[in-house]
Amino acid sequence: MPIVKFTNALKRFFPGLKDTPTHGKTLEEILREVEASYPGISSYLLDEQHRLRRHVNIFIDGTLLSDRDGLKDSFSENSEIFIIQALSGG
Amino acid sequence: MKPTLLLGTRKGFIAYHFKNGSWQSENLSFEGIPVSIAYADPRSGTWWACLDHGHWGVKMQRSHDRGNTWEEVTAPAYPEGKEVKEGVPASTRYIWAMSHGGEKFPSRMWAGTDPGGLFLSEDEGNSFQLVESLWNHPSRKDNWFGGGRDLPGIHSVVVDPRDENHIHIGISCAGVFETMDAGKTWEVRNKGLRADFLPDPYSEVGHDPHILVAAPTNPDVLWQQNHCGIFHTTDGAKTWEDVGQKEGPARFGFAMVVAEDNADQAWVAPANSDETRTAVKSSLCICRTDDGGKSWKDFRKGLPQENCFDIVYRHALATSGETLAFGTTTGNLFFSADRGESWQTLNNYLPMVYSVQFAE
Repeated sequence: MPIVKFTNALKRFFPGLKDTPTHGKTLEEILREVEASYPGISSYLLDEQHRLRRHVNIFIDGTLLSDRDGLKDSFSENSEIFIIQALSGG
Repeated sequence: MKPTLLLGTRKGFIAYHFKNGSWQSENLSFEGIPVSIAYADPRSGTWWACLDHGHWGVKMQRSHDRGNTWEEVTAPAYPEGKEVKEGVPASTRYIWAMSHGGEKFPSRMWAGTDPGGLFLSEDEGNSFQLVESLWNHPSRKDNWFGGGRDLPGIHSVVVDPRDENHIHIGISCAGVFETMDAGKTWEVRNKGLRADFLPDPYSEVGHDPHILVAAPTNPDVLWQQNHCGIFHTTDGAKTWEDVGQKEGPARFGFAMVVAEDNADQAWVAPANSDETRTAVKSSLCICRTDDGGKSWKDFRKGLPQENCFDIVYRHALATSGETLAFGTTTGNLFFSADRGESWQTLNNYLPMVYSVQFAE
């Protein structure tokens, strides 16, 4: 099952955050599972129109996702999905 | 004087408390996180912090114990499908104003945002709803635009204490709007304003009030530090008059406050015009009028008079009784105990200051 990993920066707001195995078939489903595990976290990752926040990146097996608005990027059963902040500001 | 100063800064929420004759640091919360507004609700004493996370979006936190503990509440959010303009989805980019809804409505709170939405809470801030009547105002999509920020923003919510359903708001750039029914219907109140940056400077909508304030002793007297002057009204914003100096420093700036006990007394923090946004002649002054804007005095005692780059953002000048305080873009915090005539430095080493408020 895909495993979701998080930047340490998010642990300031969600101290219990840890690598999270998921069952979702799409990124949207996976983010819903993550929200269920850590209530409130989706508002840190997505805006109210369900777009990935501008300074949030998701890497799937080391590759930056390409569909920031639709979150339709594909992944496999064993994928590692890494949620990270963009290094804006140097 | 209220004995607490709340600061919203680029690097956190900071509180000072006046004790044994001096201001002492009381609280630092959200270290490293930009706080667009630090707000104390005078009705309940609840402290609010509007956070502008660079990465994680806009958040709202509140504290019932003077910042010892905080709880996150759901920040104002635009309903699904709302658009700033065709093809530009609306999401909260910044909380630029916060106001309680008055003594008669103890559960009511207002929040102004970039990109131009006004939000209302009727449950003590547990949830905020977009005020659709204003969002759907026919002027919004075509005649509101960004001023200082990329998109329009509501920075001022002025509740009339005589009738708390009567509210004026300030929008950059759109101007002043008034509601008599707590936001169900709106009137544009820009008559007499001048927008030198528009093809038609006297356009009905498109003005840039930097901040809008009302006199506590007579809420029909309102003042605004505007992009194009200092404007004053004595008829509840039906007509405005430019009372800024033609040559002196009291003309361009962002911040303005009016005395708690005198509708004719108000202060501004002058800056060089939009070309540079620096201190006027590399020195800092606060200007005061005592006669409804007919004349202005500039006060400099205790403020830097050379090599100075400070300007004062729109929410960063505050008054309480005989006292004033302001924070600057370069992290200085100044206090006056004599209505602005002389100043003492409270701190030279703060982050950029976004908001200053006196509180209990």
